[in-house]
Amino acid sequence: MESTALFTANNVWMMICTALVFFMHLGFSFLEIGLTRQKNAVNILFKNFFVISAGLLLYCLGGFNLMYPGFEDGSLGILKFAGFGIAPPEGGMTAEYASGGYTWWTDFLFQGMFAATAATIVSGAVAERIKLKGFMLFSVIYVGLIYPIIGSWKWGGGFLDSWGFYDFAGSTLVHSVGGWAALMAIYMLGARIGKFRKNGIANAIPGHNIPLASAGVLILWLGWFGFNGGSVLSADPELTSLTLVTTCLAAAAGGVSAAIFSNLMYKNFDLTMFMNGVLGGLVGITAGADQMSPTDAILIGLVAGILIVLAVSLIDKLKLDDPVGAVAVHLVCGIWGTLAVGIFGAMAGFDQFIIQLAGVGIVGAFSVISATLILFIVKKTTGLRVEAEEELKGLDLSEHGMDAYADFRLNQH
Amino acid sequence: MKKIEAIIRKSKFDQVKEALHNVEVNFFSYWDVTGVGNEKEGHVYRGISYSTSEIQRRYLSIIVNDDFVKPTIDAILKSAATDSVGDGKIFVLPVDEAYRIRTGEKGNNSLN
Repeated sequence: MESTALFTANNVWMMICTALVFFMHLGFSFLEIGLTRQKNAVNILFKNFFVISAGLLLYCLGGFNLMYPGFEDGSLGILKFAGFGIAPPEGGMTAEYASGGYTWWTDFLFQGMFAATAATIVSGAVAERIKLKGFMLFSVIYVGLIYPIIGSWKWGGGFLDSWGFYDFAGSTLVHSVGGWAALMAIYMLGARIGKFRKNGIANAIPGHNIPLASAGVLILWLGWFGFNGGSVLSADPELTSLTLVTTCLAAAAGGVSAAIFSNLMYKNFDLTMFMNGVLGGLVGITAGADQMSPTDAILIGLVAGILIVLAVSLIDKLKLDDPVGAVAVHLVCGIWGTLAVGIFGAMAGFDQFIIQLAGVGIVGAFSVISATLILFIVKKTTGLRVEAEEELKGLDLSEHGMDAYADFRLNQH
Repeated sequence: MKKIEAIIRKSKFDQVKEALHNVEVNFFSYWDVTGVGNEKEGHVYRGISYSTSEIQRRYLSIIVNDDFVKPTIDAILKSAATDSVGDGKIFVLPVDEAYRIRTGEKGNNSLN
């Protein structure tokens, strides 16, 4: 009886976390439309709807079985496919499955919510100029194939797992995988019209709704309770509570350090840097959220906040155009968080650091190569970028024939 | 009858409205306008400093009897001034005729 109660409690916690990770898609949507111009808001929301919907369907179709194929002992642990569709194994609804942490159904949906996140990260970076069909094609291949294959190397028990690579909730497996694709996509797409002057100096293209972007970041922070809290894979009292503490402290430290550091550099209090700093801290703690002490978590967050400010400015200097700071948040802080497992906390050590570095490098190389290949295919088939005239008019009108705020007008001051 | 158009600082709107009220000019229209000029407004967004030459002002359109022209102008001149560059401008234009739609009255009678 007691074990049934525990199993139920565990499963309820995991389903709450699943819902919280789902909620993050609203956070991403708000953040992305807030930091871009109103003429592209419908287009961005359409992409976000597509990513979560297609992500779940693809994960059902084959993604889950590609990510958790059950590698045999002694196999290379690189690629295995357990077949199309989903059907619970024998005992999948009992405490025998997954040490009583959750049912097989919960397992599928929790992991499915993660899968779409990688493509959503790309969505923000390529906003305001990518062709909708091209983005959809890219997302289907990237979420349907690349994300599960990389995931299987660690979470599916593949070779990175055997090496001892550690990535608790996905600094590398989710955030860097999305971040690398975002980087390659903005490189191949080019900058938005008007982002850079002829002499290469970056122009500011301010987002149209900062309050909405703030809501997005706070929703993402809330969602991270599930993203990291659920990655404990049970309702273990000590681990879940520790994870939530480290997650929140890193987020807070990341925000404060980005706000202060950007103030030192640019003499203003930039709310969007504060917001990116919070997200950077969250991404940074994600790889080792269950391994860190509160002090470690704060240090990881502080470094992440500084990295964000430097990376945003570096991306501008490289003449890359990332409207929402996705590369700085998800790629740079994803790498930082993964390496931090070898520097801080219970697993710190030189050997671990080298394994973490190897994991970052292997996943990075595979993500870059596959993303480049897919983007090339997209370019040759559907086309990657909209025409200049469509871009100037706004994707809402040219791709959807819609206004985000029809019949709505704001007072200026 | 004259039409008095005034471009003023938004921050001065309440004072101008009160000053007009004090000289019994109680009816007028206004709207927010954006203009281009020499004034620069400094902005910083994600580490990039930029300035816009877009200037936000409020545009008042007041139709008055000839008797009210001078008091109206004086009221605006006094209430809208900060003595800094950018306080705005006043224009006075002739008005050929005015009608009150409800009653069909015209001329000065249609205005009050």
